[in-house]
Amino acid sequence: MRWIWFDRFEEFQPGRMAVAVKNVTLAEDHLHDHFPDFPVMPASLMIEGMAQTAGILVGEARNFSEKVILAKIKRAVFHEAVRPGSKIRYEATIEQLTDSAASTVGRVFCDEREIGQVDLVFSHIDQNMSGLRFPEENFVFTEEFMGLLRGYRSASDRVAL
Amino acid sequence: MATMTRDEIFEKVRESLVEALSVDDSDVTESATLTRDLGAESIDILDIVFRLEKAFSIKISQEELMPRDVLSNPEYVVGGKLNSAGMTALRERVPDADFSQFEADPKIDKILDVFTVGTIVNFVQSKLNRA
Repeated sequence: MRWIWFDRFEEFQPGRMAVAVKNVTLAEDHLHDHFPDFPVMPASLMIEGMAQTAGILVGEARNFSEKVILAKIKRAVFHEAVRPGSKIRYEATIEQLTDSAASTVGRVFCDEREIGQVDLVFSHIDQNMSGLRFPEENFVFTEEFMGLLRGYRSASDRVAL
Repeated sequence: MATMTRDEIFEKVRESLVEALSVDDSDVTESATLTRDLGAESIDILDIVFRLEKAFSIKISQEELMPRDVLSNPEYVVGGKLNSAGMTALRERVPDADFSQFEADPKIDKILDVFTVGTIVNFVQSKLNRA
C-alpha cells in the first residue's frame, strides 16, 4: 500500500495555502475493516491526509530542502462520518512559518460540507532545538515523492520544482 | 501592548500554556516548570512559541530561548554538560531565566527544566518593553 492519502491538489498557493482532494472508494482495504458492516473513512487517516497536504505546502515553502516532520496535532475535530463514494477536501493554510517550524490550520470538507478541523505543528527537524543529527538525504521528500510531484505538475500549477 | 501589566501578561501566557499543554488553569503558576510540572516535551516548545507570538504579536527566534551557538559549542559543552564559561555565555544570552538549579548539574538535555512560567512571563515582558 502506498502511503499517500490524497489524490490531487486542486489549488496550491506557495507559502500560503493548498487544497487537496481524496475520493473515498470501497477498493480501499482498510474500509472493509473499519468497519465490516459500516465502512467509514478513519479519522486518523483524514488527519494523515491533512498532514500530507499541509506538510507538502510547508515543504514547498523552503523548496523541499527541509525535512518536514509532523510534530504535533494541536486540534482534530470531526463532526460527521465519511462514507465510500464521498469526496474529501483538505484545505490547509500556513499560519506561521519560521526557519525551525511551521503551524497550519486546516478545514476538512466532505462533498462540500465542512465536517472537521485539523490544526498542526511541523518541525524542520535539522533546525530543531535538540541538536540531534539526522541522515543527510531528505527521507521526507524522497526522490520517489519528487518524481510523483513532477508528474502531477500541470501548466496551471504554480509549484516551483 | 507595551502598556500591559505583568499580571495581564501572565494571564495571556497562562491561556497559551493551558491550550498548548491541556493542563488546568490552576496548574499554571509562576514557579511551575514547563517540562517537569506541566509535562511539556521539546516539541511542545514550538507550539508554545507560536502561540505566544500570536497572543502578543511578537516574534520569538529559537536563538533567544535556546542559543545554539552556546548549547552546541564544543568549547562550552563537555561530556554533555555546560562548563562555567558556557554558563556565563548562557546567562548573557538568556538573561530572563534563573539558572541557579540548572548550574548544580548543567546537563544539556535538562536545559528545558530551566523554563518556568515566570521565566516565560519575564521574557515576554522584556520583549514588549523593547518593542
